[in-house]
Amino acid sequence: MKVAYWPGCVSRGFTPELHGSMAAVAPKLDLELIELDRASCCGAGVIAEHNQELVDTLNARTFAMAQQTGVQMMNICSTCQGAQSECQQRLDADPDYRAMINSHLEPEGLHYERAGREWTNKNLLWLLVEDIGLDALRERVVRPLEGLRVAPFYGCYIVRPTGRLGYDEFPQRDFYLDWVIEALGGTAVDYAGSHKCCGFPVITMARATSLRQAGRHLADAIDAGADCLATPCPLCHLNLDLQQPDAEKYVERELGIPVLHLPQLLGLALGLEPRELGMDKHVVKTREVQRKVRELAAA
Amino acid sequence: MTAFDLKVRRYDPESGESAYWQDVSIELEPERSVLDAILKFKADTDNSLGIRCSCQAAICGSCGVRINGQSRLACNTQLGEASEELRSSDGTIVVEPMGNMPVLKDLIVDMDAVHWKKVQRVVPWLLPEGDPPEREYIVPGEAMIDVTQSMACIHCGACVSACLSMEVDPEFIGPAALAKAYRFVGDPRDSQTEERLRDLAEDPHGIYDCTHCFACIEVCPKDVAPMSQIMRLRRRATGDYGIKDSNNGYGHGKAFVDIVGKYGTLHESQLVPRSYADGSLIKSQVRPDSLKQLAEGLPTVLNGLRSGKVSPVKAIWHKKLPDQDQVRRIYHEVESRGERIELNLYIVGDEAENAQMGPDAGADEPAMGDAADVDTGARSTEEEGAGVQ
Ligand code: SF4
Ligand code: SF4
Ligand code: FES
Repeated sequence: MKVAYWPGCVSRGFTPELHGSMAAVAPKLDLELIELDRASCCGAGVIAEHNQELVDTLNARTFAMAQQTGVQMMNICSTCQGAQSECQQRLDADPDYRAMINSHLEPEGLHYERAGREWTNKNLLWLLVEDIGLDALRERVVRPLEGLRVAPFYGCYIVRPTGRLGYDEFPQRDFYLDWVIEALGGTAVDYAGSHKCCGFPVITMARATSLRQAGRHLADAIDAGADCLATPCPLCHLNLDLQQPDAEKYVERELGIPVLHLPQLLGLALGLEPRELGMDKHVVKTREVQRKVRELAAA
Repeated sequence: MTAFDLKVRRYDPESGESAYWQDVSIELEPERSVLDAILKFKADTDNSLGIRCSCQAAICGSCGVRINGQSRLACNTQLGEASEELRSSDGTIVVEPMGNMPVLKDLIVDMDAVHWKKVQRVVPWLLPEGDPPEREYIVPGEAMIDVTQSMACIHCGACVSACLSMEVDPEFIGPAALAKAYRFVGDPRDSQTEERLRDLAEDPHGIYDCTHCFACIEVCPKDVAPMSQIMRLRRRATGDYGIKDSNNGYGHGKAFVDIVGKYGTLHESQLVPRSYADGSLIKSQVRPDSLKQLAEGLPTVLNGLRSGKVSPVKAIWHKKLPDQDQVRRIYHEVESRGERIELNLYIVGDEAENAQMGPDAGADEPAMGDAADVDTGARSTEEEGAGVQ
């Protein structure tokens, strides 16, 4: 399957292990990635806050470039998904507005076509379940993650608001990460924080609010017996992994639970080595997860 | 008639006993509401169960509860639907009091202690200047359309219950009260627009304490979209009034937008220092308060370097996007216009949905049904620079 691939900024910035692990895992899923390397930042909700017309134009430009490839678009970031779906909703709602936004793209001959359900922009998680299929995924597993207890962390932007994120057509999208973990042979851990907010959006503005959220969810996952978390959102990863040592101070307890990116979890089950997946590049060490996975291979 | 199983959270703080679950079985038509089931149980079996309600028609806002974990109106939730929901796996409907507010008894929470107190906090009345005009105030139609969404609030507290910032920071002013604040900030008759914005921007539990989690948008039964109103407040505070708050809200927004304008993609290691200095990289090097805040955030960057995920070069140097000149041109085109164009979906509705709906569909949804009539006012423009300093 070919996709117009939007990696987002953070996967090429502060979480390069995400970009790398996606590249490594794509062939294992028969995914051919046509990388949109000329597309701009999705705005992550921040540019929208500043100027909607600006962010809608930037994303219309990205969509137009994706549409030129003739295949559907895929992203690997919950925040990109949410921010871009928000723009797409406005672009699709009003023909005059769409024409006005498209007029900004004319000099480069780009044009966003309202595509309805013909052309979509899907997070890898949705694509796995809806296009690749859990059965097909199961068949590709060479190293079932048996005994690995994984706490899913979805990221706000792909679970809310349901009205904008295709839940009318796919009402179970907020279960997919659980299903994928199980399809890979792991155990999806049930805990309070799975669909809550990591706190990242306010890390520079309300640090206590931000890190209390991250810390609390991590603590809940630990208390529920998780070996690690897995997330389809690199921004969640920043608050849950990079900030974890600091989050400890705000919840006044030790944490130390590794957080994997979705493609890393896939990669482990599909036979890749932790090193190839950049698992040595985390702030909270992934050694224990690696040890469990090695034991699985030996068994 | 269908049999429904409910699990209801009971708690009476005055009894000295701890909270417990009560199993409730009720036979009713599936179209009847969860509130109907509870009232029937009260009437037939156990009158001691506490719940607040009045209109039973999603108007008064008094019956907010959590059903299957989701904050909503009990009178507006059908039994049949609730029992089929995916999260209530065995068909049992779980009913709890709302979150983020203390329980007074069973399903009744203390709205005064939290919700109404916070609404009071934002001065929810008009503060016009000078003597009132002899006749009515004349107000441009677009301006009132702009605040209609925030006026639709029925104060049910569902958003307060669901708010994920409030869950960790009880002092956060919160979604309903901030939506109410926008109702007055957006009202051209009010004379304290800038003061209101400054107040909400400077409060550490104000507009920059919202973690952008969409929970309030998801649960609101009246489509108020409180988070969108908070984003409007931020847009007004920074874009129209240039309010440089001590919470770095201004700096964060400006830094983000400027970095993408310059490079096309985000450069996180510049975002942090700039955010602490009104968006400026220079100021971040020299201003004592921004240095102090940066020092607080510094372990983060060091964590990144130490883990090997960020190379020192990458921390300093960020490559521009190929075709960055296109992004720059778009920025210039949009920003040089001097007015912001906003498409308000609350007013225009969704093209796809409108097309699907027949001529009389949407009769109970005035916002959608009226879309055609208000077409011209839907795309509101905001004059910029009203009070830029
Ligand atoms: S978006 Fe903001 S106001 Fe709304 S529920 Fe989340 S944190 Fe609260
Ligand atoms: S904004 Fe919506 S959810 Fe919040 S109190 Fe008002 S009506 Fe209820
Ligand atoms: S009883 Fe009035 S809103 Fe439910």
